[in-house]
Amino acid sequence: MSKMHVKMTVNGKEVEALAEPRTLLIHFLREDLKITGPHIGCETSHCGACTVDIDGKSVKSCTVFVAQANGADVTTVEGLVNEDGTLGVIQEMFREHHGLQCGFCTPGMITRAHRLLQENPTPSEEEVRFGMAGNLCRCTGYQNIVKSILAAADHLNAQKEAAE
Amino acid sequence: MKDEVQTPAERTANLKGMGTSRKRVEDVRFTQGRGNYVDDIKMDGMLYGDFVRSPYAHARVVSVNKEAALAIPGVVAVLTAEDLEPLGLHWMPTLAGDKQMVLADGKVLFQGQEVAYVVADDRYVAADAAELVEVEYEELPVVVDPFEALKTDVVLREDLAGQTEGAHGPRKHHNHIFTWEAGEKDATEAVIAGADVVAEEMVYYHRTHPCPLETCGCVASMDKVTGKLTLYGTFQAPHAIRTVVSLISGIAEHNIRVISPDIGGGFGNKVGAYPGYVCSVVASIVTGKPVKWIEDRMENLMSTAFARDYWMQGKIAATSEGKITGLWCHTTADHGGFDACADPTKFPAGFMNICTGSYDIPTAYLAVDGVYTNKAPGGVAYRCSFRVTEAAYFIERMIEVLAIKLNMDAAELRRINFIRKDQFPYQSALGWEYDSGDYHTAWDKAMNAVGYDDLRAEQAQQLEDFNAGKTRKLMGIGLTHFTEIVGAGPVKNCDILGLGMFDSCEIRIHPTGSALARLGTISQGQGHATTFAQIIASEIGIPADDITLEEGDTDTAPYGLGTYGSRSTPVAGAATAMAGRKIRAKAQMIAAYLLEVHDDDVEFDIDRFVVKGAPERFKTMKEIAFAAYNQAIPGIEPGLEAVSYYDPPNMTYPFGAYVCVLDIDVDTGEAEVRQFYALDDCGTRINPMIIEGQVHGGLTEALAIAMGQEIAYDEMGNVKTGTLMDFFWPTAWETPNYQTDHTTTPSPHHPIGAKGVGESPNVGGVPCFSNAVHDAFKSFGLTQTHMPHDHWRIWKTANGLGLHG
Repeated sequence: MSKMHVKMTVNGKEVEALAEPRTLLIHFLREDLKITGPHIGCETSHCGACTVDIDGKSVKSCTVFVAQANGADVTTVEGLVNEDGTLGVIQEMFREHHGLQCGFCTPGMITRAHRLLQENPTPSEEEVRFGMAGNLCRCTGYQNIVKSILAAADHLNAQKEAAE
Repeated sequence: MKDEVQTPAERTANLKGMGTSRKRVEDVRFTQGRGNYVDDIKMDGMLYGDFVRSPYAHARVVSVNKEAALAIPGVVAVLTAEDLEPLGLHWMPTLAGDKQMVLADGKVLFQGQEVAYVVADDRYVAADAAELVEVEYEELPVVVDPFEALKTDVVLREDLAGQTEGAHGPRKHHNHIFTWEAGEKDATEAVIAGADVVAEEMVYYHRTHPCPLETCGCVASMDKVTGKLTLYGTFQAPHAIRTVVSLISGIAEHNIRVISPDIGGGFGNKVGAYPGYVCSVVASIVTGKPVKWIEDRMENLMSTAFARDYWMQGKIAATSEGKITGLWCHTTADHGGFDACADPTKFPAGFMNICTGSYDIPTAYLAVDGVYTNKAPGGVAYRCSFRVTEAAYFIERMIEVLAIKLNMDAAELRRINFIRKDQFPYQSALGWEYDSGDYHTAWDKAMNAVGYDDLRAEQAQQLEDFNAGKTRKLMGIGLTHFTEIVGAGPVKNCDILGLGMFDSCEIRIHPTGSALARLGTISQGQGHATTFAQIIASEIGIPADDITLEEGDTDTAPYGLGTYGSRSTPVAGAATAMAGRKIRAKAQMIAAYLLEVHDDDVEFDIDRFVVKGAPERFKTMKEIAFAAYNQAIPGIEPGLEAVSYYDPPNMTYPFGAYVCVLDIDVDTGEAEVRQFYALDDCGTRINPMIIEGQVHGGLTEALAIAMGQEIAYDEMGNVKTGTLMDFFWPTAWETPNYQTDHTTTPSPHHPIGAKGVGESPNVGGVPCFSNAVHDAFKSFGLTQTHMPHDHWRIWKTANGLGLHG
């Protein structure tokens, strides 16, 4: 099958590659770019393990063609690490509050939580539960994921206040 | 020295040993997307496998035409049973003593069965080619009902035609697999015949699926130069897989290296051996290249490892005061097209004979008939020890049904029948020796915590309001007291395919006092790298942060039977403690030599050995480790390491008391969980944070199973729940908050008293949610309705009881 030229920004870096237009973004990220944080759990947009951030929106990359992401600004969980290599606030809070077990849903969860807290920096528990309902976890029962995200919101808001 | 100014409490805290909510070491990788799961593995020249699967549940395979598929550029091979037959690999042994087709050999027995295996240089090309393999089928009559299966003339397993003896005794019918019995039939039936009160009910635990977020998969890599096969995969039992691969492939075991990398949840799905593994190994041997096979979600739900599907007919007898005198159960077990249950060899119905539960029942009898149907094989222990969830659901429903018959409060009925603390170790009527328990204390704590009497008063008020037309909601209070049996398991009783179910740990202390430990188990999210290091920290006195833990590589880890059935802590955890004690014993001799006293004159104290009566004279474990390697000590070999292979003397019996309160909208059939209280007693607690996380997760899987998650078939054998659209998996929105609690009753035979916890919440949670639904309708005459209690079924129940006017 003929390939097309694709160009996008992934985790702040410009990437260019040749890919079949039918290639799903998740496969492009995982196979071509070797960015294996986002995972494949269902291939039908239900589980959210493949969640990435595209142009400021949470997107399930298992049901997006690479052609659709051409020219986009993509962030994966790998891009949420601090510049000095330490864990970002949300990542740290997931660790602190035991918001993960097998770790397979975690990259999608954290990437979605990152966007959720941009959309709503002071969510209630209910808003977190609703906002995270597109990401499935089989291990944690969500209780500690919700706790992690609420704690991350507090931390981020405190950081923001301190900076102001 | 810094050590000397630390208080004992500070030194203990520094170890982050047992009892500490130590943060998980795994999370640093996982939170930044640096896990290494099987689909993350990339190798030069790697090929991809994909299956052609049967659309029919029962059909003859008339022909397979590979031509169009092979014509696509990039397709390397298309394998069928014909290709595997010369290697003797077109069938494979199952864990239950049966055999299973690797690729359809003349016929198919369930929808989704593997018919051909396509190998290509790209996963998209493999999928394209699988579409182009032309298979001609001739449909056969489909049997999906296990009761019908035992009556019909339709023969499912033609390969077994005429065989009246199976792996587990006589077969009564061509679709019958085995009958397994425990307890005393005549005595139990006599008790029931003469009892004051008998409650009888059919309790069905529907077919469901573990459905971990990561599906099953592997990468097989045969190195033709060295003759060594490396097999990466989602294996819950990597060492057993190595032995099985060796036995069925003929490759010497030292030439096989099995590696379980990070595993994205298992829950029993990843215990068995699947056709995908066999085909990938064959394809790699034939092509000399690495071959990757990763299931998609539909394949996972349709073909690998269902769970439950037990029809349990029960009778429970009691005195008019409510003292239980006998329990009788006959189970019809739907095993699908091949008997691929993951049970210890001597237990074809697992530990279903734990079905007397937490109660002192003097007489009992259990019989289980395994049956073939046109459904997927499996019957795995899904987040439970073998068939323990079925047993717990059965007894906890029977108790409720008996309470209705006696017109007695179900909490009180449980209380008067609990095995008393002073009866442990307790010999059950169906053959188990319960190690320890204190059920009354746990129960009373639970009842007080939820304010049980107030809840019942509130329920009565709500019922009155409902009857008066003031509300359309009914309140249900679900109770459960469960007892598990986990940690298989003494080798004398428990083996799988002849492999004894011990487990192992090897510990090496490095000269500077840090350590490496390797175990025969494999974590799938349980946090072994965190918790097992805590056991070692407490046993040896080296900080958990200075201990690396490795599992899952058969070339480096000691042999063990893996992680399932809550066996890691009871078995490998015990091995870890025992290996630690061997090291401590040697350290004691070294310390005594360094302190110039007799071995008996030093004692272990947190992180050092001290001279008895003179605690200012001591050697820390770090000092001892350095001396072990670098000082010539008469009569003592250099080095400080130990290995322990632990064969447990008994299983462990965790228990718990759960209460669920929910509100049912009778017009929509929605059930909203208002409160869930879970008290777990898993013996000694290693990491409370992780225990709590396990409980939350297990309860959520219980919620899923009780309230909607099923593998459903239509009469043609079509899977109706093959995607996450149809297969209920609760989101954060539908999942309640849980209230956790505990009592601690250590196991008397386990070195550190731990019993295991990962599966308790699933075992106890399912009956608790289900009992709550039943309880809501109790006043309207409901005694039993089958799970899952999805909105439609609850609505139907309400409608059947005349609640819609």
